[in-house]
Amino acid sequence: MSQSVQNGAAKDLVKEKGPLASALTDFWRAFRKNKPAIVGAGIVLFFIVLAVFARFIAPQGINDQNINIRLEPPSAQHWLGTDDFGRDIFSRIVFGAQLSLRVGFLAVIGSIIFGTLLGVIAGYFGKFIDTVISRFFDILLAFPSILLSIAIVSVLGPSLNNALVAIAIVNVPVFGRLVRSRVLTVKEEEYIVAARSIGMGNTRIIFNHILPNSFAPVIVQGTLNIATAILDAAGLGFLGMGAQPPQPEWGTMLSASRQYITNAPWTVLFPGLAIVLVVVGFNLMGDGLRDALDPRMKN
Amino acid sequence: MSETILEVKGLKTSFFTDDGEVPAVDGINFSVNEGEILGIVGESGCGKSVTSLSIMGLLPSPPGKIVGGQILYKGEDISHAKESRMRKLRGNDIAMIFQEPMTSLNPVFTIGEQLTEAIRLHNHLPKKELESRAEELLKMVGLPRARELLKEYPHELSGGMRQRVMIAIAMSCDPKVLIADEPTTALDVTIQAQILDLMAKLNRETHTAIILITHDLGVVAQVCKRVVVMYAGKVVEEGDVRDIFNHPSHPYTEGLIRSIPDLYSKKEKLYTIKGSVPKPGSIKQGCLFAPRCDYVMDKCWTNAPELVGDSHKSRCFLHQEQA
Repeated sequence: MSQSVQNGAAKDLVKEKGPLASALTDFWRAFRKNKPAIVGAGIVLFFIVLAVFARFIAPQGINDQNINIRLEPPSAQHWLGTDDFGRDIFSRIVFGAQLSLRVGFLAVIGSIIFGTLLGVIAGYFGKFIDTVISRFFDILLAFPSILLSIAIVSVLGPSLNNALVAIAIVNVPVFGRLVRSRVLTVKEEEYIVAARSIGMGNTRIIFNHILPNSFAPVIVQGTLNIATAILDAAGLGFLGMGAQPPQPEWGTMLSASRQYITNAPWTVLFPGLAIVLVVVGFNLMGDGLRDALDPRMKN
Repeated sequence: MSETILEVKGLKTSFFTDDGEVPAVDGINFSVNEGEILGIVGESGCGKSVTSLSIMGLLPSPPGKIVGGQILYKGEDISHAKESRMRKLRGNDIAMIFQEPMTSLNPVFTIGEQLTEAIRLHNHLPKKELESRAEELLKMVGLPRARELLKEYPHELSGGMRQRVMIAIAMSCDPKVLIADEPTTALDVTIQAQILDLMAKLNRETHTAIILITHDLGVVAQVCKRVVVMYAGKVVEEGDVRDIFNHPSHPYTEGLIRSIPDLYSKKEKLYTIKGSVPKPGSIKQGCLFAPRCDYVMDKCWTNAPELVGDSHKSRCFLHQEQA
């Protein structure tokens, strides 16, 4: 009873703003309470700003070499020191944010598109096609993800873009399974039968009714997966299967500087820290999103 | 006498499970005339919902399948019609409302979006007209502040309001037949009466034939003219509502009528029909109602009675002997 009164009061507030705004307000209210998530979102925002305004933030170009100042420790002029070619590490990390975030976002968007497509087909139509798609997912998931990405990159040839494609492929089953399981639940809902009973066709039912009701977990999983994708891209870069030097990709930078770890530790420390920070940021934010979007957490 | 619009002839629907074929609906016959309200009554599990889903072509398949008989809509057999044909009929010609108004609306869309979507499916109207038509429909089903309601989400509405919205959606394309599968079961009693009144009113105004499926004989008495009583996948009695209430000629119907609680009765215990509906296919021989019947005779265990009679049909030896 008290709840309905509360709802009534809340409804009046919401009225003026419209339904979408009210959903966002609710979401923001839940998200704001989660301190770690706010920190995570802050970190992510920080890196996004770095990437977008790299050209204005970075004091030097990516490949401005100066042999006279190679392997210099952090100083007022080179905040994070210089590497073996005398390049400014801070500038390279700033430009590296562009590469890492691009890989993270594009790979995840790719996986979401193909995973959702396959997952919806498998879940909605069931039967034979479901078996085929689900077994395909199982096969992909049977490989350790980094091993499968290496295999794909070795077929396509090592480059950052091919690493992106490989990471996208590896993550397709993650989203595919998630969407399939949601679709299996949603398609049994009565409003789907009701939609059929007024003469709606499969395509319309899928796009208008099933997908919008299946998408919340995909958004959460997507955020968490951006972190994994960035980590995988750095891993591939480190192994020489991703971005190639002199691209300032963080994993590639780690790999190129690893021989100086004892006498110039800042050359590996800062690219490594950048990877850790961005991954932690996305994970914290993803956890926060999950809690804020989870209807069971609402009181 | 108005014309027959929907006729179900010897319809058999079975579910194919791991244990073999289970007949859920076993050769039922009934017809609906234009502008008529027909009641279909029976306990849970006697095949009422399966019948309505069969008519709509919405049986979950597999495991469900129509294995025999015909469903004639304006003379056209739609029991095995193509999906594309059914899609044209659904909504436009035959529409349906469901038992659970709480779950029959999509939670992520507003009432307006869902209502206009239904109209748009079969008619191409400009956006302005769509909205005014949606508003008009909401007013027709007796919802106040229709304009604001269009922008609200299902969770902001009560059960009765949602059922009205469902009826508005079902009526959006002026169907000729409306199948209402226990439309009032999930609602509280005062709202039940309002919804029934609304359906009777729509029936009078739009001349849409209504098949009202329910387990509540009281509901049938309130709005229906003719009634079909189903038991275990078969029609056991059919006729005019008044005839059936005054002279039930099947012990099952009699039991159902006696089970309606009476406000003025001094009895402490309510009447119940002993036992429950047999599992489909479990009784191989004799009358399906025999194990629960108060008047059971020897031959009921071995022979299955036929549905006989003219305007008031029944499937029982008791009355066939008198005749």
